[in-house]
Amino acid sequence: MSDLSSLRTPSQRIAWSTTIIVSTLVFIFLIAPILAIMPLSFSSGSYLTYPLPGLSLRWYDDFINSPRWMNALKNSLIIGVASTALSMVLGTLAALGLAQWKSRFKPLVLAFVLSPVVVPGVITAVGLYFFFAPIGLTGSYLGLVLAHTALATPFVVITVGATLQSFDTNLARAAASLGASPLYAFRRVILPLILPGLASGALFAFATSFDEVVIVLFMAGPEQRTLPREMFSGIRENISPTITAAAVILTTVSVILLATLEALRRRNERLKGG
Amino acid sequence: MTAPSATSANASIEMPLKRQLKRVERARQFKALGLILPLLVFLLFTFAGPIAGMLWRSVEDRDVRQVLPHTIAALAGWDGKNLPDEEAFAALVSDIQAARAAGTLAVAAKRLNYALNGFRTILTSTGRNLKGAPERGTAKETLTRINPAWRERATWTAIRDAGGPVTSFYLLAALDLVRNADGAIVSAPPDQAIYRNVFARTFLISLSVTVLCLILGFPVAYLLATLPPARSNLLMIFVLLPFWTSLLVRTCAWIVLLQSKGVVNDSLHWLGIIDEPLRLIYNRFGVCVAMTHVLLPFMILPLYSSMKAISPAYMRAAASLGAPPVTAFLRIYLPQTLPGIGAGSLLVFILALGYYITPALVGGAADQMISYFIALYTTETANWGLASALGAVLLLATVLLALVYGKLVQGQQVTGGMKN
Repeated sequence: MSDLSSLRTPSQRIAWSTTIIVSTLVFIFLIAPILAIMPLSFSSGSYLTYPLPGLSLRWYDDFINSPRWMNALKNSLIIGVASTALSMVLGTLAALGLAQWKSRFKPLVLAFVLSPVVVPGVITAVGLYFFFAPIGLTGSYLGLVLAHTALATPFVVITVGATLQSFDTNLARAAASLGASPLYAFRRVILPLILPGLASGALFAFATSFDEVVIVLFMAGPEQRTLPREMFSGIRENISPTITAAAVILTTVSVILLATLEALRRRNERLKGG
Repeated sequence: MTAPSATSANASIEMPLKRQLKRVERARQFKALGLILPLLVFLLFTFAGPIAGMLWRSVEDRDVRQVLPHTIAALAGWDGKNLPDEEAFAALVSDIQAARAAGTLAVAAKRLNYALNGFRTILTSTGRNLKGAPERGTAKETLTRINPAWRERATWTAIRDAGGPVTSFYLLAALDLVRNADGAIVSAPPDQAIYRNVFARTFLISLSVTVLCLILGFPVAYLLATLPPARSNLLMIFVLLPFWTSLLVRTCAWIVLLQSKGVVNDSLHWLGIIDEPLRLIYNRFGVCVAMTHVLLPFMILPLYSSMKAISPAYMRAAASLGAPPVTAFLRIYLPQTLPGIGAGSLLVFILALGYYITPALVGGAADQMISYFIALYTTETANWGLASALGAVLLLATVLLALVYGKLVQGQQVTGGMKN
């Protein structure tokens, strides 16, 4: 350990070992619950206990053959994709605008745009429930997509905004001086360079919608129940192994999203030459 | 942009150029604003408007006014010291009869029952027993005969105070305060006062979770910031994977682990540490463990970025000047992490304040936080005024803390401290 050899005094070594031991315990605390739930979904028994009586895929079979769960999966995907698309359009435009806008109101506008992340979910949900009910937007896909878009857009603004910050505006000027129209310059010069930022923004937006449950609890009718919503009622009633199968599916989606983000980050660092 | 000094020779050329530049710049700014505008309009409709609507509902009071309009009008000049005059009684009789015919009496009864327990019965029984219009001048007699409550001053002040169109009733109720018959603000009777308790509990749980996150997160952030990037990037997965895993999955996992036949109890039993399963979930312990698990990454990430910015040279300098490691840590390192500690703690605390899902699933009846009551009054009992008032108090606390947070992270990268 290069880190240990550079430590001279015994007390420094003790401090460093303590840091490592405590951190290891915290890492176990963070990861163990997620790992512990996975094998249970492959159990052949119907109790959520170890040791497993045997291995089987019956709970995945249960999940796939259940109209309730498949409908929830479908809803999660529809609402997730739709709100991602909408928040990408609104968020990217706003990030482009914010990058150029010079005004003393800018911090205020930025705070407003980011506020859906900070305001407690229940407050947003209650407000939307009162607001959308009279105009028939509760119990509808459109209402949920609009609400999820509001929650997801701040992440798009942050991510795309961060990419634009490192973007060299001289490149756009160079394109203009070479005769490119603004739209052409955007499509051929700016877009390819900020594409990784856009992609991470989309992933954040999708993850936000895919994991959201409080607003769905208030606003979704029986037709619009999403995966987290089904899990919520499942956990409330009685945790069956089918829920653990759903959990594994959700976790797999998270891992894919995380891995894609990491790949984008690495690509970005490589391009920067860092 | 600095303009060259204007001499008389080139002034005539420069002025139009300057103006032209200004015009181009102004057009650019308009275009920028035009790009932001769609999102602002969208958020007005899907976020700011709904929240403003909720805030309005916390002070709006129109139900009684709509159902008993003549009574409210007749009570407008009432001094509140004695019983109202015959005119008010007559107005009430006609209002009740009209409301009964229209089927709206229950709306007023529900609102008045919040103000005075038992008002629902008073109003419905009166409505049931009113037969035809009483003779002129006998309304008071008729009403007090049907229900002696109409002889009480409090019954009438309740109607007057619920007359709207705005009221402080719900906001006061959210803080366990009521107006007494003389209009003074006093504490609610102990059997009805629960919200101060709920707020204190919400605050306490959030604080415990924040402290737990800080204790657990600090060494991890330190380790990640100190290790060479190749290794810390690998370990970062342990922080990011739970961060990205669905809240429901994590909550579900804790139930599986901590239930009475769960992994933890089984292991402890197998090790011979316990005979009977411990109660680890559906109580405060379970809530704190699960919430700490959910919020820990929000502590580690800001701590990590503040520690990453501390140059190791400072610690070496301290050591070379003869500072013992503990002194160097306390006097040199720790103060530099304070912005990170502040940002992480505030972020975790703000997020914890508004938590709903985790306590709802792993907490007992005595562990429900303020969000639970807001949800309860919205969807179950439909006491929207009270739900909105509790929401307003929670929102105020969140906004104040968020302002402090904003000041704290100002100058640092503007990411909102979120998933970045």
